[in-house]
Amino acid sequence: MNATALIAEDEPLLAAHLKAELARQWPELEIVASVGNGDAAVQQALALRPQVLFLDIRMPGLSGLEAAHALAEDWPDGSPFPLLVFVTAHDEYAIEAFERAAFDYVLKPATAERLAQTCSRLQDALRQRAQAPVQGNELDAAVAQLRGLLAQAPAAPAAPRLSVIQAGVGSTIHMVKVDEVLYFEAADKYVRVVTADHEHLIRLSLRELLPQLDPQRFWQIHRGTVVRADAVATAVRDESGKLTLSLREHADKLAVSRLYAHLFKAL
Amino acid sequence: MNTTKPYAEHFGTVLTRGLVVVVFNVVIGLGLALRNDNMVAQMVYAQAIGLSIWITIECARHAFKRDPRSNWPVGWRRYLLLVGGILVGYTMGTLIGDAFSGFSTWDLMLRQPRQTLGYLFLAFTMSAVITFFFHARGRGASLEQLAATAQRDASQAQLQLLSSQLEPHMLFNTLANLRVLIALDPPRAQEMLDHLVAFMRSTLTASRGMLHPLSAEFARLNDYLALMKIRMGERLVTEISLPEALSELAVPTLLLQPLVENAIKHGLEPKIDGGRLVVRAACEGADLVLTVRDTGVGISTVANDGTHFGVSQVHERLATLYGDAASFTLAPADGDEGGVLATVRIPLNQTA
Repeated sequence: MNATALIAEDEPLLAAHLKAELARQWPELEIVASVGNGDAAVQQALALRPQVLFLDIRMPGLSGLEAAHALAEDWPDGSPFPLLVFVTAHDEYAIEAFERAAFDYVLKPATAERLAQTCSRLQDALRQRAQAPVQGNELDAAVAQLRGLLAQAPAAPAAPRLSVIQAGVGSTIHMVKVDEVLYFEAADKYVRVVTADHEHLIRLSLRELLPQLDPQRFWQIHRGTVVRADAVATAVRDESGKLTLSLREHADKLAVSRLYAHLFKAL
Repeated sequence: MNTTKPYAEHFGTVLTRGLVVVVFNVVIGLGLALRNDNMVAQMVYAQAIGLSIWITIECARHAFKRDPRSNWPVGWRRYLLLVGGILVGYTMGTLIGDAFSGFSTWDLMLRQPRQTLGYLFLAFTMSAVITFFFHARGRGASLEQLAATAQRDASQAQLQLLSSQLEPHMLFNTLANLRVLIALDPPRAQEMLDHLVAFMRSTLTASRGMLHPLSAEFARLNDYLALMKIRMGERLVTEISLPEALSELAVPTLLLQPLVENAIKHGLEPKIDGGRLVVRAACEGADLVLTVRDTGVGISTVANDGTHFGVSQVHERLATLYGDAASFTLAPADGDEGGVLATVRIPLNQTA
């Protein structure tokens, strides 16, 4: 059957092999792009909307899991979320996680038999999809799977908790109490630190900062946003299902991505 | 180390020392009895004096701050302890012997000072010799223990080095590439396999020799980089330069290996466009200078991303082999390309 796929694999030989093997076993599958890093994978997938994604776990830039995470947040409504096949050379935790949540995973080097199995599973799933037109909850299912995967990714080694953030402005260093921070927002290679009456930029990625924050108090609500839970006043869901937070001490509104919407449930 | 021993074991070693003292005393007692009829009294004197000295020193040792390695006080205190212990123990032992036999050594000394002082001198010297024997034996044992610990640490480090190099991700990815090449390009597959075999052999045997020629070190780097180049393709560009004149200089085995690995793993692999890796050997004044430079993402701001093992390995090995004469620095590289520059300096006169 006809279908489209994207391959994200940083090792050229392995990418070429996967491509050749897929061409042999599933000639109708059109590889719309073959990229070598996670950032390009997200960009190309959003642009070309393939039906299947083969994602290497360890890649430069975003990892396979992070790329999937980013896609789940940015994927447009109304278009079917791609089936995710993770490719890994050796990652025990990942295999375990995949067995529970991902559509499929392939161990490198992909043997012909194993890949044939993957292809036929993918074909079945795509056929089912074609018979039953796109359902609204399809992306939600993918999101739920990803949530499962992310929860099982090994936690970063426990870093000491920050109590003060040193934000440099010119030759002055502002000591910002973490207790006063309303939210953190990723901005390129920096993180915006927003308090009730100030805003600072620190040279740190959100990924580096996150392990140093108390997860009970600081909630990630989007790939690029972490909010102090007790600074949130309300969470409002609009007609399209999007969740938006308003804060107690600030006029900013913060969007909650689908991946983290489950954090806000009325009792 | 003795201080951390379980109590029973500690008690056991003390008891052993006590038994040795008793045996010594028996020998001395028998020796004295040859000159003197009163064998029992001689034996009592010998035991009383010997044991008193030993117990005094054994107890007094705890009053001092001790060197944890030898379990003896440091510097002059050690000799104060030994001499003081002998004086006190000798006096006590003599008094005990007097009490048993009814003699008075003090009276005897007043009556026949020369003869008594001679005795005393002999016994005193004997005690001193035995005490020093114990002292030396204790230090020897602790040095032996120290050497054993160092040996164990070295093996441990060796093992860690090995497992870091044969890290599963590296191994499985290399094998995956190899599998593809076997079907695609058999001659290149063979070439890759040769590099893998050479790389693994050098890793596994690195512990046996401490030094090898610089040319061998560069050959091993070549094997590793050949593997990485097949895996990373155009993303990895390498430049290796070893002047002919330096190729026979002796350097520690696989010294640069962890630095090159770090440059790739933490510098170039995470960088989307990849970059260049430059390894150079050069002479600067009286030093051999080895540099590993990458144009990767730079020194990470995250405290612990695994680079520490390789870096501390290089530090330790240089310090062990050359003391302060060699140096190692890791710094952001100059220039627009960014990345990291690792520099190892070894004095030329120590690379013969």
